[in-house]
Amino acid sequence: MSIKQSHAASGSQARAVIDGLEADVVTLAVWPDVEAVAKTGLVRADWQKRFENDSVPYHSVVVFVVRKGNPKGIKDWPDLAKGEISIVTPNPKTSGNGKYSFLAAWGAVLAGGGSADDAKAFVTELYKRTPVLDTGARAATATFSQKGIGDVHLTFENEAHLEVVESKGSLEIVYPRRSIRVDPPVAVVDANVDRKGTRHVAEAYLGFLYTPEGRAIVAKHHYRPWGSAPPPSADGATWPAIETFDITAVGGWEAVMKTFFGEGGVFDSIYLPEAGR
Amino acid sequence: MTFAITALVMTALVLLPLAVLVLRAASLGPQGFVAAAWTPRARAAYGVSLGAAVLAATVSAVLGLVVAWVLARIDFPGRRVLDALVDVPLALPTAVAGLVYSALYVEKGWLGHWLVPLGIQGAYSYLGIVLVLVFVSLPFAIRVVQPVIESLDRDTEEAARILGASRAQTFFRVVLPGILPAVVTGFALALARALGEYGSVVFISGNMPFKTEIAPVLIVSRLEEFAYAEATTIAVVLLAMSLTLLIVVNALQQRLARNAQ
Repeated sequence: MSIKQSHAASGSQARAVIDGLEADVVTLAVWPDVEAVAKTGLVRADWQKRFENDSVPYHSVVVFVVRKGNPKGIKDWPDLAKGEISIVTPNPKTSGNGKYSFLAAWGAVLAGGGSADDAKAFVTELYKRTPVLDTGARAATATFSQKGIGDVHLTFENEAHLEVVESKGSLEIVYPRRSIRVDPPVAVVDANVDRKGTRHVAEAYLGFLYTPEGRAIVAKHHYRPWGSAPPPSADGATWPAIETFDITAVGGWEAVMKTFFGEGGVFDSIYLPEAGR
Repeated sequence: MTFAITALVMTALVLLPLAVLVLRAASLGPQGFVAAAWTPRARAAYGVSLGAAVLAATVSAVLGLVVAWVLARIDFPGRRVLDALVDVPLALPTAVAGLVYSALYVEKGWLGHWLVPLGIQGAYSYLGIVLVLVFVSLPFAIRVVQPVIESLDRDTEEAARILGASRAQTFFRVVLPGILPAVVTGFALALARALGEYGSVVFISGNMPFKTEIAPVLIVSRLEEFAYAEATTIAVVLLAMSLTLLIVVNALQQRLARNAQ
């Protein structure tokens, strides 16, 4: 058996499968991407029930990456909207990583007892302090770590570890008190596996992610494997406790895609000229 | 036979994809089309895309003429190396160009270190967009003009000089009319190249709505919502604008070519 892999931005991979790329399995960044494939009938509508934990074998959380020694003293979300802080995060409309950062900020306000208006005011402050809107997660990483733009980079914990290692000691991770749990889902592309007769291997391939060996590989890459007692990551890093909320705390994917990231939604309204920028 | 091949190739490679594009966009109906393609944000993005492309193509056309002249007329050590370097931007993945340019021009970069204190922001700015567009479009402007300069009849220049024309007069009255059509063609190619550029721009523009956001970024935004038809409307508008510009430039080029004869 041979495994062919294709890695690219989650949304464009979903579109590739929709447009006819004969993938057996998809492992995407956000629920809407798998759902978009499911809407075409290529993936069965009940895909979320096909694997444990709603077909999410591992998690991440949105954390802060700051310059060595944390010179701006950034500890938690409210610190991001104080004074001269410059923030790097990709465009939530074009990046799954960016969507999660937006939702983490929004949800952190709600979880702290704030209203939706408070949350909107907070994210508006946040994006006013964002000088660059890269279209993807890795571009944002380059902007922050290689080009020296910004005081804090919002990103997934697994990406943050890669970034810190790459920086050779010039960056460090800060865990905010609360953050959103990142749930990258997996699915078998039913129409493709049934036609090609590869259902058995495809299901086994994704099922492996839930086994002890699979969990160890997941942890090695700084994702938090689902389930109790996650194994330590490659460099022995443990998983700092962090209070998490999931997508349902901010309204669920269908609602956030429309009201936050849809055309003319909350994110767009931040950039309206009338908003007094 | 050759006509049939030409027709087939053009239909399969150019017309068919364009037809699909227009059909997809048309599926929204006139009102839906306008609603998707003519928002204030989209209009601002067209402005950035077209403005930066025209500016970059102009710079490329002028610089291209100078470089082509030097390469064609002046023999100096390393000329061949320089000549080969001209094509590098065509071979380099443009995303790399965008990353390198922005790294150079940020405050901590080699060039930005000097330029930013002077108020020159070459990264995450409109200027940054123009810079990378010049980079990707310059080879076209050079390569179109260079062979024309090489084939110029130098006797006419000598005659002009002997008859008492100054160097400037010789250049502007004798040489330039002959190469101007090629310069304009170079401008058109550079413009076409710059209008379609995406990979390098997104890494250096900062993509700020209403300021440095180019139209293709909006296309990607809409695709992320799986709003295919809406995304294609923006592409169609961009295409129509490009086509209009290119037709105008081509007409100008033909007129100049006629006058030069």
